[in-house]
Amino acid sequence: MSTMPLDKPTVRRIPDKLSTPAARLLGSWESLLAAVAIAIFFANSLASPHFLDPWNLSDATYNFTEKAMIAFAMTLLIISGEIDLSVAAIIALASTAMGAAAQMGFGAPALVGIGLGAGLLCGAFNGLLVARIGLPSIVVTIGTMSLFRGIAQIVLGDKAYGGYPADFAWFGQGYMSDLSWWPSWPGFEVVTFEMVAFLVFAILFGVLLHMTAFGRRIYAIGNNAFAAEFSGIPVRRTKFVLFLLTGLMSGVAAVCLTSRLGSTRHSIAAGWELEIITMTVLGGVSILGGSGSIGGVVLAAVVMGLVTFGLGLLNVPGIVMSIFTGLLLILVIALPIVVRRLRASS
Amino acid sequence: MSVVQVVAEPAHPLLEMRGISKSFPGVKALDGVDVALYAGTVTALIGENGAGKSTLVKVLTGIYQPDAGDILIDGAPVRLADAQAAMRAGITAIHQETVLFDELTVAENIFLGHAPKTRLGLVDWAAMRARAGALLHSIDAPISPYARLKDLSIAQRHLVAIARALSVEARVVIMDEPTAALSYKEVEDLFRIIERLKGQGKAILFISHKFEEVYEIAERFVVFRDGRSVGAGRLAETGQDEIVRMMVGRSVEHVFPKVEVAIGGPVLEVAGYSHPTEFADISFTLRRGEILGLYGLVGAGRSEFCQALFGITRPSAGRLALEGRALTVRSPQDAIAAGIVYVPEERGRHGAVLPMPIFQNVSMAVLGRTTRAGFLRLAEEFALARRYAERLDLRAAALSVPVGTLSGGNQQKVVIAKWLATLPKVIILDEPTKGIDIGSKAAVHAFMSELAAEGLSVIMVSSELPEILGMSDRVMVMREGRLTGIWERDGLDAETLVRAATGNA
Repeated sequence: MSTMPLDKPTVRRIPDKLSTPAARLLGSWESLLAAVAIAIFFANSLASPHFLDPWNLSDATYNFTEKAMIAFAMTLLIISGEIDLSVAAIIALASTAMGAAAQMGFGAPALVGIGLGAGLLCGAFNGLLVARIGLPSIVVTIGTMSLFRGIAQIVLGDKAYGGYPADFAWFGQGYMSDLSWWPSWPGFEVVTFEMVAFLVFAILFGVLLHMTAFGRRIYAIGNNAFAAEFSGIPVRRTKFVLFLLTGLMSGVAAVCLTSRLGSTRHSIAAGWELEIITMTVLGGVSILGGSGSIGGVVLAAVVMGLVTFGLGLLNVPGIVMSIFTGLLLILVIALPIVVRRLRASS
Repeated sequence: MSVVQVVAEPAHPLLEMRGISKSFPGVKALDGVDVALYAGTVTALIGENGAGKSTLVKVLTGIYQPDAGDILIDGAPVRLADAQAAMRAGITAIHQETVLFDELTVAENIFLGHAPKTRLGLVDWAAMRARAGALLHSIDAPISPYARLKDLSIAQRHLVAIARALSVEARVVIMDEPTAALSYKEVEDLFRIIERLKGQGKAILFISHKFEEVYEIAERFVVFRDGRSVGAGRLAETGQDEIVRMMVGRSVEHVFPKVEVAIGGPVLEVAGYSHPTEFADISFTLRRGEILGLYGLVGAGRSEFCQALFGITRPSAGRLALEGRALTVRSPQDAIAAGIVYVPEERGRHGAVLPMPIFQNVSMAVLGRTTRAGFLRLAEEFALARRYAERLDLRAAALSVPVGTLSGGNQQKVVIAKWLATLPKVIILDEPTKGIDIGSKAAVHAFMSELAAEGLSVIMVSSELPEILGMSDRVMVMREGRLTGIWERDGLDAETLVRAATGNA
């Protein structure tokens, strides 16, 4: 090392961090969500005697697993400063493609490939329009939301595709205990394929976002795309990849949902884009981009799943749940802003 | 230090701050400072970055509430609860970057938020335009109140910002680095306006890093260091050296510590570089260990040219060669890989990702080196950040604090650290000391010399003649997108450069 720019008696030692990891965790949004999840869990078990039944709980996970898989990719996209409102429409289109292929007699592996491929293509289309041509993603994906579902509607009309092969049903209805290598420990028989997929994708996306250079670049782009560009980060290419990932995860969700329902109508997954974005924002992802974590979104998925399940057990009608989702979205967007304002004025 | 009273001035200050303190988590920004402003007098506020100047301005304009201390106007204590209260008390500020609105007219910009109203409560457009016209006239600004802001030049926008600040009945005018973005001629215009305000009996607080300006326009001074007022008095009785000593708590030997470095062979050869609209036919050779100054007026195409070298924009014609090998730069990634880096003029917009921690900013361009198979290694990142933070004498509470919490000079150090970490061959610094204090400035200059001595080649864009003359081995001048000449350091004077930059023979 060479000489210091100005004469200084000693070199200042700057610490890495000010607070301890435990202190940061305690004050985090994720801890609050975890507390809320536990509270709802207890409230539910008090409200309904059927809640704590393992098979019921296993069923309840379907309320969030498919949506959460998309929400993980959406998390990355929103942190980078973009958004994809067409995810539910991608499910409709991918499901329609799989339905048409099933009619032609394709087997389960081919159907999965077609579902994922359709998702990738839709994601690539969004990505091209946003990253290549430079259009705002909110406008592009409102457009493709109508476009993708519109195609499904033209193909299907009032009809429904059914007649999926029997082994295709496993992705949405199967239990891990169907597999020979799954341990036969007590309680493990209620674990579904989707639960495992949810956890695996949570870990994959968590690692990608929080532990890799790619994830770091997403934060840089979302916080200041100019400075990211000036730092040699391939901003457009990164955003394109994020749209691809979101399309792919919509394809994965389409496989699971189609398999679970066993049929495809054009209205499949209607309104999911809002629930997925609510889940993401509830998980602490800033809708303005630049901050958020996969851990928060996992917890938000569980919270939303538990609430929906609890309301279902209490026979609350679907429309009330939809009102609940809307209020929740407004609340979680408003809350951090209101808290910041209160802090600033005190 | 005692304040010297002189007969020619009013005996009592118009505005007085006594023992003002303001703390933020981890920082005592102001620690019992005393400031007095007198009617018809310009008081210069001088201090290094982080000395508390901006905090003081925010206290005076009602944005921050002091933790302790009193503010007195005409001897009576006042409380400036918010920005409106400060405005009502007759305090107005002209900021470094006043927010104006491109799509609105000049008159609308001036009176936004306090437009004159008719009896029905509607905007009185006629009165608004008349008063805007009168205000602009009073500061000798030949701008139509009807013009849309987007059609004005940078200098004209600045005049609109001044008119906006004066559109409230102000007795105290704060000018926070008003000359930072202005050319020589525009500074003269500004000083005429200040003289006029003085004549109207306004008390003016003038914040600037440029000593020539301070001595030209101000009568009194206050020096801040580390959140304390360490000296005040009359400039006529105080030498520049003394003020520098108060500011830094030590003496800075020379402002431009240019070290003679043996200049090596050619590193970067630029031939006929052109852009469809911004610049044309730029050719020169940059040598090893050389500091090449790039001088010109604002809008001469200097930044645009440098950004093309760095791959932000693509040239329409021209060739590059680095160390004798032809080089094509299509993106910043290409430039960084080849060893050409660019420290942009707009630190907050283009230079640093302000909400992200220091260490993540430093490692941003070299993530390939601090990761293994794409996975982050935080220990490597902290080690890298610490190495450059210590080398650049960065002042920060921790390496994990957001860059946005640092002072301007320290933010600049983070951006420079990011680029040094890439081990570049050519570093382009675009207005590297704009808006930073004299201490940090000297540090940046010393560091540039040091880099050159290590064999780096430096292109330094600057609009400050002393900096250009003090630091450069050679000076290149651009005017209206074209290169007007290259001069060796020896025997070069300011007049030659100004003539080349303005086109006045």
